[in-house]
Amino acid sequence: MQPRWSFPLTRFRVLVLPLACMRAMPSIAQGALTTPSILAPASTPAHQIYTLSQFVLVITGAIFVVVAGLLAFIIIKFHARKGDAEHEPAQVYGSTQVELAWTVIPVLIVVVLFLTTARIIFAIQDAPKPQSAVDVTVIGHQFWWEFRYPKLGIVTANELHVPVSTPMMPRPAFLQLLSADVDHSFWVPQLGGKTDLIPNHPNAMWIDPQSTGLYVGQCAQFCGVEHAKMLLRVYVDTPDQFAAWVKAQQQPGTQPDVTNAAAAAGRHVFETQACVNCHTISGTAAKGVFGPDLTHLMSRATIAAGAAGNTPDNLRSWIQDPNTFKPGALMPAMQLNDVETNEVVAYLATLR
Amino acid sequence: MSTIPIFADENWRLPSRGRVAMLSLIIGETAIFTIFVVAYVYYIGASKYGPTPQILDVPWFNTVCLLSSSIAIVFAERAIERGRIRAFGACWALTMLLGIVFLAGTAIEWKRLIYTDGLSIRTNLFGTTFYSLVGLHATHVVVGLFMLSLVMIFTLLGRVEQRHTERIQVLSLYWHFVDAVWVVVFTVVYIVGK
Amino acid sequence: MADQTFPIPGTPDASLSRGAALLEQLHSWVVTVDHKKLGILYIVYAIVFLLVAGVEALAIRIQLAIPHNHFLSPELYNEFFTMHGTTMVFLVGMTFIFGFGNYLVPLMIGARDMAFPRLNAFSFWMTAFGGLLLYFSFVGGFGLYGMGAAPDVSWWAYAPLTAKAFSPGHNTDYWALSLIVTGFGTLGAAINTLATAFSMRCRGMTLLRMPLFVWLMVVTSGLTLIVITPLTAAQVMLIIDRYLGGHFFDTQAGGSATVWMHFFWIFGHPEVYVLILPAFGIASEVIPVFSRKAIFGYPAMVAASVGIAFVSLSVWAHHMFTIGMTSVGNAFFALSTMMVGIPTGIKIFNWVATMWGGKIRFATPMLFCTAFVFQFLLAGLTGIMLAVAPWNWQLHNSYFVIAHFHYTLTGSFVFCIFAGIYYWYPKITGRMLSEKLGKWHFWLFFLGFHITFDTMHFLGIIGMPRSIYTYEPDRGWNTLNMIVSAGGFLQGIAVLIFAWNLFDSYFNGSIAGNDPWDAWTLEWSTPSPPPDYNFAEDPVVRSRRPLWDLKHPNDPDWKYEP
Repeated sequence: MQPRWSFPLTRFRVLVLPLACMRAMPSIAQGALTTPSILAPASTPAHQIYTLSQFVLVITGAIFVVVAGLLAFIIIKFHARKGDAEHEPAQVYGSTQVELAWTVIPVLIVVVLFLTTARIIFAIQDAPKPQSAVDVTVIGHQFWWEFRYPKLGIVTANELHVPVSTPMMPRPAFLQLLSADVDHSFWVPQLGGKTDLIPNHPNAMWIDPQSTGLYVGQCAQFCGVEHAKMLLRVYVDTPDQFAAWVKAQQQPGTQPDVTNAAAAAGRHVFETQACVNCHTISGTAAKGVFGPDLTHLMSRATIAAGAAGNTPDNLRSWIQDPNTFKPGALMPAMQLNDVETNEVVAYLATLR
Repeated sequence: MSTIPIFADENWRLPSRGRVAMLSLIIGETAIFTIFVVAYVYYIGASKYGPTPQILDVPWFNTVCLLSSSIAIVFAERAIERGRIRAFGACWALTMLLGIVFLAGTAIEWKRLIYTDGLSIRTNLFGTTFYSLVGLHATHVVVGLFMLSLVMIFTLLGRVEQRHTERIQVLSLYWHFVDAVWVVVFTVVYIVGK
Repeated sequence: MADQTFPIPGTPDASLSRGAALLEQLHSWVVTVDHKKLGILYIVYAIVFLLVAGVEALAIRIQLAIPHNHFLSPELYNEFFTMHGTTMVFLVGMTFIFGFGNYLVPLMIGARDMAFPRLNAFSFWMTAFGGLLLYFSFVGGFGLYGMGAAPDVSWWAYAPLTAKAFSPGHNTDYWALSLIVTGFGTLGAAINTLATAFSMRCRGMTLLRMPLFVWLMVVTSGLTLIVITPLTAAQVMLIIDRYLGGHFFDTQAGGSATVWMHFFWIFGHPEVYVLILPAFGIASEVIPVFSRKAIFGYPAMVAASVGIAFVSLSVWAHHMFTIGMTSVGNAFFALSTMMVGIPTGIKIFNWVATMWGGKIRFATPMLFCTAFVFQFLLAGLTGIMLAVAPWNWQLHNSYFVIAHFHYTLTGSFVFCIFAGIYYWYPKITGRMLSEKLGKWHFWLFFLGFHITFDTMHFLGIIGMPRSIYTYEPDRGWNTLNMIVSAGGFLQGIAVLIFAWNLFDSYFNGSIAGNDPWDAWTLEWSTPSPPPDYNFAEDPVVRSRRPLWDLKHPNDPDWKYEP
């Protein structure tokens, strides 16, 4: 996917070098692991938006300088001085020419802004999908993300893996956005603008990340009590990493080692308790779809849609009472005793 | 302020506040009805199950009654303009009667829809939008009838006189509005929607 | 004649005991139909809820000052931010504008009262009751989590989150019902304002001689009629869905979540113009008087106001750029939104031109109005940025949007309200507010406002979404959030100084006289406070500035006005 820089925008890119100081923002804010700044685009839609925004910023900046400058001048020059109170100043009731001028000029500015805007709207929204695109179906839930790769037979949750896309080997990810309950919104600022997930109203968006790494985001449409903890992690992999990940995800759930008694017991607990009502682990009796697919739980860095790191202690706390990390999450406290909890955690730890 | 100079002015005529107020109310009400009509139109054919608009009988008789009541109220207005209170009372009563017949007809229609055809507000999208829109209109007819009956009572008590013409005209505006809304609702629900 | 004393009806009998006199005073306020008393009731109500919603805002800012804070639980936070928004728009914004409108419109057009005084009282009490119903939600009912049942679905209450299935408690019901009730009050006030302005003007006051504030109340009222009613309609539909089993927004039955969005924003966007237009009216009264010049371009100002009202009806889906409209749809709303910036810009230019060549006195009202012009310019420019649909796909639902609309609401609307209060308090009470406290109020509020809301733009740019009760500590948002919160407290202190000024000046302020500012519209020709009947004789006017004509008999306006 070639970034489509249009000629006028390219010209303005040179002019906005002073605005490069804005790009320093993410570094100012850094010390942070991952600052999802729209000033650090890593994908074509985000790049196009960024360039457009610089153009708009120049125009609005110019308007600001002129009008605010005028205001500042007026405050200084036309301040009432002592002894001024005797005469009123000349009463000027208006001027048709002036009114016309400052109507026509804004209209022209609007025309220019609109044409540039429209071009980018069409470029992003109506971009054609190449053969090499990776298809992902994103289903929003309260308060987690389900990711399905229909052509690859993969179902996972909360952490999206996509291959890096280069001009020589474009591999954009085309996301179909659905919702299982209320409205959500998929927003990873460095990869593109957000698009909403609305029940009964499928949406689509695309990203083509051009450098590998981890990009973060989160749900951007208020969806209920734990909206704040519906986080997103997008891993942009090298082609080899992605292939490996796909292969691993396509495997059914690993059978626990026969010598791992705790894990075997844990699996039994999992299959006989209410866990199976909500969760799927492929290769077992667990086929619930209300909660995330746990088949490859250990391949994820976080649990509870980013609310906590994926560690045995956190898993233990989560299972005993999800309200520890995410009060109001829809998973109930499982009411397992300590032994059972440890066994389940031991089992989950085998789900690579 | 004694020092504001008084100039001999041309005719200084302002619109009547009752008329401005009623027109404003009508504009606001139009906006409410527009939203319900838009919802109705948007959801035509969207019901996934349940009865469809085919089960509706076009309420010609009701419509004629309601629209005739507008004509009756115009006669009533003319009568009171000329100070003919008895004629006014008769026309006013006729207006009310026609309005009541309309409501009764609507009630009969709804009874059939609910009990025979099984269409209620919760059945499907058609039911929801139908009863909401037609019901909103019927509510406005009820409110209108209430205002009309107040005037009727005052007329029977002999308290209504020619000098009340303007107020009667303002109230009639409301009644005409209710009828105009029915023309739109009727067209959308029974003609277009079917 | 000004020196004749007419017996003024309603003056308490001097022979009553103090307790009985107090009771009678209170009673007179409860049963009043006088537009001035009702105006004061609206404004006092608005100030009280300004403080309440301000406390809600400070609670929000405490919660967000550091990541993973535990000051407010998620449930309570969601109630607080919903209530903050709902309160500010309906119980502070709408009440301020109809408060000022009620008090000033009859005085400015030379009338004795509004067209329908009893409707006026009814409207106020409906609005007041609706607000009380809204706040009763904090104590009434257990909600789902025992935190009271205050609305917690955000002030725009998107479906299907508001469906019974996803909001089983009464929170949403309080939201819908209380706003339906206040909506009736608002409708009554709008109808009354229109009838008054069209039917009660004094002799000689043609429509094009009305003060701009009256014009803007007229345009606002007209807009209100067609804008509040869609909200009422949508809320009735919501209640039908929740209680009668309707399917308007039930996506399982084929209903549409986006239909709610359209209906809500068809109300929601013009609503912000309903709020800001009267503020423009206040600025259009204050700026000329303190610049000592007539407003520049009165006909253009009228045309621009009407233009804004019309165009504002066509922009609503700029709140919905991310819902998956077609590219053509997005392009249309981008264009219409940019276009509404044109008449708005014209107004800014006209205020600036009014100040040009003037002899500007920077008393407190003018300080607030000057800051308003500066801040509204910025707000308009960030609005243009948000109109650029692709950029909006990044900025929507982020803290950039919150910064933008606080620039328009706090930085513009509230600043103008403060200006209006400092300007007309002498007329209403007969006493001047303290200039010294006024300047403290202004500078602290200005400083706090900019610390908070300038910083907030950057939070949005580095990816922080709105409506979140906490945020991750590794996203680089920590310091900026702390700064934003600090500014909030500065604003809080400023508002407390203001509240003290209001209270103290009532007893200790210097006597104002009829016309402390040397102004030009009719309200300044009455005593301060005006008697119940406003004008002893019906005024007759010949220009837009009747008092200028009186004060400058050799150079009256009517020689120059068309």
